Amino acid sequence: MKNLIEIQNLVVKRETQTVLEIDEIAVREGEVLAVIGPNGAGKSTFMLVLAHLLKPVRGRITFRDEPLEEMNELIYRRKISLVLQEPLLMDTTVFNNVATGLRFRGLSKEEISERVNTWLERLGIAHLARRQARKLSGGEAQRASLARAFALQPELLLLDEPFSALDAPTRAHLQEDLQALLKTTDITTVFITHDLDEALLLGQRVAVLIEGQLRQIGTPEEVFSAPKDEQVAAFVGVETVIPGKIVESSEGRAIVAHQNHLLEAVSELPVGREVLFCLRPEDVTLWLRESAPPSSARNRLTGNIEAIYPQGALMRVVVNCGLPLMALITRASAREMGLEEGIKVVASFKASAVHLIPR
Amino acid sequence: MSEILEVTILSLRVSLIATLISLTVGLPFGTWLALRKFRSRGFMLSLINTGMALPPVVVGLVVSILLWRSGLLGNLRLIYTPTAIVIAQTVIAAPVMTGLTVAALQQLNPRLQLQLLGLGASRAQMIWALWKEARLPLLAALMAAFGSVISEVGASMMVGGNIRHQTRVLTTAIVLETSKGNFGPAVALGVLLLVIAFLVNAALTWIQQKGRS
Repeated sequence: MKNLIEIQNLVVKRETQTVLEIDEIAVREGEVLAVIGPNGAGKSTFMLVLAHLLKPVRGRITFRDEPLEEMNELIYRRKISLVLQEPLLMDTTVFNNVATGLRFRGLSKEEISERVNTWLERLGIAHLARRQARKLSGGEAQRASLARAFALQPELLLLDEPFSALDAPTRAHLQEDLQALLKTTDITTVFITHDLDEALLLGQRVAVLIEGQLRQIGTPEEVFSAPKDEQVAAFVGVETVIPGKIVESSEGRAIVAHQNHLLEAVSELPVGREVLFCLRPEDVTLWLRESAPPSSARNRLTGNIEAIYPQGALMRVVVNCGLPLMALITRASAREMGLEEGIKVVASFKASAVHLIPR
Repeated sequence: MSEILEVTILSLRVSLIATLISLTVGLPFGTWLALRKFRSRGFMLSLINTGMALPPVVVGLVVSILLWRSGLLGNLRLIYTPTAIVIAQTVIAAPVMTGLTVAALQQLNPRLQLQLLGLGASRAQMIWALWKEARLPLLAALMAAFGSVISEVGASMMVGGNIRHQTRVLTTAIVLETSKGNFGPAVALGVLLLVIAFLVNAALTWIQQKGRS
């Protein structure tokens, strides 16, 4: 797949402080790249740089192989469209709002009308065309904002946390609709979010920005199950991160020693290597000690439940097995097993669920 | 009656011209101050805000000194002419228009500029869109600017001289009639001034509220 945008040696400063420093990143034509990271990681700064609204102090950015600094700024900005967290609609009707960018481009009335009506229809807000934008609900306003961006038929669509201010059901509905639109339009999209589920749903690739640096980029599976460093692991929800040393390694299997525990992982790393042993909480299975099925698996630890608390539809369980282990189980399972603080359980997980980060 | 009409027309003419000049100067200058970030911006805003409270007699004094025959602009021979009143009233109204333009634009979401540019607006299109978005407070600024000059008397008296058939405006005529003890005509002129102020502001308010349900 050809690259639409290529960035090299990018440095962005706010006053004297470096807020973004990326050696290399490319946005492929037609892909949806989800950029994730904690607050203050530089995600929005990255978006402004892509929109040519913030000039880096250093770096080379090319759009279809043409350096951005050699392109006319307005011509470039008319190839893209930007959707921000707040819909930022103008104090006029929904129709006029969706027509805003088209009028900037000086399109004919007929074409504006056709495009606006098409996108109002596709976003499911055709019935709101004559309504004043200020009277829309949050979800309707963000739909109008998306229609305004899609109506421009941009070569690059930039979405900066567009759903973060919405309630959960509205957000879920909009995410589904956006996913369908992105699939049918094939518009190259950079989607910024701090919501991991949103990144998994929409992103074909995921880039992780932490402290202004690109820490990892890859498919959602790569990033979520094989984070490159401890901070990425923590951000993508790998909650059990334990330091250890490889004491055995053969045929793609490694045994990691942590204190007096021996844990098995799928890895080619050599003996003697210091590693971080990473495990996602949803990959841990819990059994009551008396009902645990017999198994020869090495990754089978006995411990006490230290804490148990709800997390959305699931329950988060902290098990002390001599090493701290986090598990996520359904509420129904927790109820059936009668889990409560202090009881003894057996925690098991597959070697293939473990990811080792060399230190 | 014809003299009252003459005074009324002159009042309206000088105040509307002064307001229009203030709009032409204050709107772009206020926009520049609102959107640009530079080191002395805070100081300039303080100056503008002070200018909004300029006493008309002080303006009258300064403009008189400038336009006096021996003054810096004395050779223009503008003292005691309607043009002198327009100049003084512009000095009074321009800071009002500028200061309230800054306030009107700064109350908009600062990310709106980014949004408009991100939709492909040129700089001029972005500014026009911001003015449209802030049209209510901007029209209020225009009304305040007009109100500050149609009602002032000190500057008009000092630089115009209240000369019959030449520079007499409604406010200076009221002062004259009151000083002569002719309270009846003074009150009548006062009511006329209020009606004119009301009509102009009603027209601007109509424009301001047009299209809002």
